[in-house]
Amino acid sequence: MTTDTSVASGRGAAPRPPRRPEGDDSVGLVDPTRRYRFSNLDAKFSPYLFVAPFFVLFTVVGLFPLLYTAYISLFDWEIGLDGEFVGLANYVELLGDPQFWNAMVNTFSIFLMSSVPQIIVAVLIAALLNTALRARTLWRMGVLLPYVASLVALTLIFGDLFGVQYGMINDWLEAVGLDRINWQAERWWSHVAIATMVDWRWTGYNALIVLAAMQAIPRDVYEAAVVDGAGTMRRFFSVTLPMLRPTIIFVVITSTIGGLQIFTEPLLFEPAGGNANGGASNQFQTVMLYMYQAGFGRYELGYASAVAWVLFVVIIAIAGINFMLTRRIASSGED
Amino acid sequence: MSEKRPGFAVYGPLIAFIIASAFPFYWAFLVGSHDDQHFKAEQPWLPGGNFLVNAKDVLDKVEFWKALGNSLIVSGTVTVSVVVLSSLAGFAFAKLRFKGRGPLLVFVVATLAVPTQLGIIPLYMAMAEFGWAGELGAVIVPNLITAFGVFWMRQFIADAVPDELVEAARMDGCSLLSTYWHVCLPAVRPAAAMLGIFTFMTSWNDFLWPLIALNAENPTIQVALEKLKSGYYVNNSLVLAGTTMATIPVLIVFLVLGRQIVAGIMQGAVKG
Repeated sequence: MTTDTSVASGRGAAPRPPRRPEGDDSVGLVDPTRRYRFSNLDAKFSPYLFVAPFFVLFTVVGLFPLLYTAYISLFDWEIGLDGEFVGLANYVELLGDPQFWNAMVNTFSIFLMSSVPQIIVAVLIAALLNTALRARTLWRMGVLLPYVASLVALTLIFGDLFGVQYGMINDWLEAVGLDRINWQAERWWSHVAIATMVDWRWTGYNALIVLAAMQAIPRDVYEAAVVDGAGTMRRFFSVTLPMLRPTIIFVVITSTIGGLQIFTEPLLFEPAGGNANGGASNQFQTVMLYMYQAGFGRYELGYASAVAWVLFVVIIAIAGINFMLTRRIASSGED
Repeated sequence: MSEKRPGFAVYGPLIAFIIASAFPFYWAFLVGSHDDQHFKAEQPWLPGGNFLVNAKDVLDKVEFWKALGNSLIVSGTVTVSVVVLSSLAGFAFAKLRFKGRGPLLVFVVATLAVPTQLGIIPLYMAMAEFGWAGELGAVIVPNLITAFGVFWMRQFIADAVPDELVEAARMDGCSLLSTYWHVCLPAVRPAAAMLGIFTFMTSWNDFLWPLIALNAENPTIQVALEKLKSGYYVNNSLVLAGTTMATIPVLIVFLVLGRQIVAGIMQGAVKG
């Protein structure tokens, strides 16, 4: 290559003189700093204007309502604005309220029943998708199909499938010689049914997230494992799984935040529909359902706010524990 | 690595998984295309000819078209706003230097973990106070910009828009806003499209807040579906015909944009 010392464009190019607006042929007649001054103000303040919408909106519809929920929870606030200050009475009542604890147990039960099988199946499906498939995108789309169904539609469909008298699942159980199950009335079976809906919607989605992480694992790690004589199974358990840990924990955290707020599935699983009891003996009432019932069914807004705040603290605590675990695992995985 | 084509051990489970994924959609159409009583008497495996009758009942029982229109208005407005406002904020975080940028960005990311759904009681009280309860604005305004959108666009803009290009535009006398419009936006179309698809889907499927904020005469499609189920006698064929009707548009969108949706999820997973 011949040496060429002049730089026409890109890094190192000589700065071009600022361009004038069209038709501006005045020479020093207009205050030459005016334009500069505007541009300076623009550079200084515009960035704040650009990011302001998020902060304003989050403050007004996110942060303020959350804090105000804490404030309302200190009042005996029924419908109307004549709440009486009662201090922590709502919380004291809540901690002694068997229906609240029942809802808490139900929420965790449904959450565990849905997230544990979901993550196991998602990792397995991701491993299958990570092979040299023909028509890759079609398989990925197929796996993702349930994700686009609306929660309401899907819950209505599953409510029908899990029907006691005419439901297909009970027909099949009977066909293979098992007893029909009263999916709505029996506590643990109702949790199984609701967990199935959650799994059905989210497993494929999580499989794609895990798949993305699998594809980011460097090839030479596998090649080294092959040289060391590791078979397919050994490679999966000794290479793939450990390297997926951060992603799996990410999936766990996101499904925790969503899963503990589960609402639509239990609301619509009620055969009659439209009420937030979560079954005749609240057997599948979750904390969100209980909050909805207290706040918008009985209009006990103070009490419902106390429910919301206890759930908020639980979610943040669990997300925090997950986060600390992630960091510990991620840092110990470095070496 | 061996690149040999996988066999039945791989395709078999995948096919089973996809059949299980698609089956409920078929089931909804199956039940929705039969007469409720007839379906209960004997369970057929092929669709019947009663779908249009059920569909007409659905239109009589709920404000289906109005609900569909409302959902389109809400999701459309929210999508445009989230894409524009999030990319604007993402542009500032990725390419502009200003005091407090780092901490502010950390704050945005931290809010991703805050379950704002738990603040719905005061939010409802505020909407009632402003006279917005029952209006579509009550569903639109709280979703005009999202932390996820800001973060997503920032990640993409940081890579996709060269600093030199921004500087050159500034040199040429562009204001920051027109730099965003003429330099940044054209470069981030793929990410903006992806964010748009996801925002539309999320908004379309939202249920809890519209259920509280809207009333039965002015529902979104999800709230209207829920209403089909209320009452003492629940006609399953009717409910599932309505469910099918509401699902068809979403399935069409999925068939057209599925490739992008898949790519978006996988890209988001690696970046996030």
